[in-house]
Amino acid sequence: MADEVVLLDFWPSPFGMRLRIALAEKGIKHEYKEEDLKNKSPLLLKSNPVHKKIPVLIHNGKPVSESLIALQYIDETWNDNAPLLPSDPYLRSQAKFWAEFVDKKVADFGRKVCMTKGEEQEAAKNGLLDCIELLEGELGEKPYFGGETLGFVDVTLVPCYGWLSVYEKFGNFSIEAEHPVFIAWGKRCLQKKSVSKSLPDQQKLYDFVVQLRKRHEIE
Amino acid sequence: METHSKKMAEVKLFRTWSSRFALRIVWALKLKDVQYDTIFEDLSNKSPLLLQYNPVHKKVPVLVHNGKSVAESLVILEYIEETWKQNPLLSEDPHERAAARFWAKFGDEKVLPSIWEAFNSEGKEQEEGIVKAKENLKYLEEELKGKKFFGGEHIGFADIALGWLAELENVFEEVASMKVIAEDEFPLLSEWKRTFADAPIIKENWPPRDKLVTKYQAFREANLLNKAPK
Repeated sequence: MADEVVLLDFWPSPFGMRLRIALAEKGIKHEYKEEDLKNKSPLLLKSNPVHKKIPVLIHNGKPVSESLIALQYIDETWNDNAPLLPSDPYLRSQAKFWAEFVDKKVADFGRKVCMTKGEEQEAAKNGLLDCIELLEGELGEKPYFGGETLGFVDVTLVPCYGWLSVYEKFGNFSIEAEHPVFIAWGKRCLQKKSVSKSLPDQQKLYDFVVQLRKRHEIE
Repeated sequence: METHSKKMAEVKLFRTWSSRFALRIVWALKLKDVQYDTIFEDLSNKSPLLLQYNPVHKKVPVLVHNGKSVAESLVILEYIEETWKQNPLLSEDPHERAAARFWAKFGDEKVLPSIWEAFNSEGKEQEEGIVKAKENLKYLEEELKGKKFFGGEHIGFADIALGWLAELENVFEEVASMKVIAEDEFPLLSEWKRTFADAPIIKENWPPRDKLVTKYQAFREANLLNKAPK
């Protein structure tokens, strides 16, 4: 029986990017459906009635919401190639810990750098830099957080790398200057086709945030 | 005595007497019959060991197994599940696993904050808070249709993550003089609360209720005082 896989997504979403990368890494054929968040489709509302958010992965008609939960689902279901999590329980727990850290802190700080100003923005900039420093410590000498190959943490974090130049422009700061290890890791990930084709064009992202800020009257 | 203290337990749990997150780990370890040592922390004076084992968040609970530490309660639960395979908390089916994780996360990110918001309010603000909390709880009520526990026939991952609803939530209702999970509005959730709270492992491990009431009374008083005058 052929698997039917649909991804409900929104092109700038760092959460959606995670699933795009995972599906590409594992070579999973799927249908990509772009959602208009100002006019959510009946399929989205039916598939994620609790949160009404993207991304949603729909596998043979059954939806899975929340990007990290969907990542684990993808890893557990298509477990025959490109594993995102290692097999050792302790190493798995460390990967999940850092993925949660990225999910709760990095994405939020990043959003605030783009969508706030003044003191709140300053705090977000510092928060983001602190997170990156901690993550560099965790990466250490490894090429990827997953070791020799892209892993769970890499897939969770690299969309934020995809947003980096946008954070830098709106925050008026340079992350590259202070964190060359992080930049080197990001560039290494981008060399993978699964990553490069899943991250949107930087200019398009920038223009999107300009519009978003206008709509929310942030200047 | 000396021999016992020299023989380090393989599994250690850093917790406080009241932490609902740490309680999840107690329940999981006991359900799987895993022997462990408890180290009680005073969060106003954290031990060097806790800071060493959880340098990123400096919080409880932390599980230490053979010297290696795991932090964040839901991450710890999954570690326990993968390490000690008896009495599984998660189904083998990936979709059911995803659902259990979803409800656990929903509990932490939506249900708990909305009930906590209502708890720290009074009058009209509290009424509005209760309405919001009930909107979240309706999803849990729906999820329980045809099931004894969120995990099905047996206590599972989501039950343990949501377990604070079975007792601590009662404490919140009492201290804040509010009714959130009413029997007529939430018959399945009310029944689940009783069944879960009555399960032997759970029943034996609740923190003392009177201590909880005192603690949360103090919290509420402080939080109400801190609220800016309208």
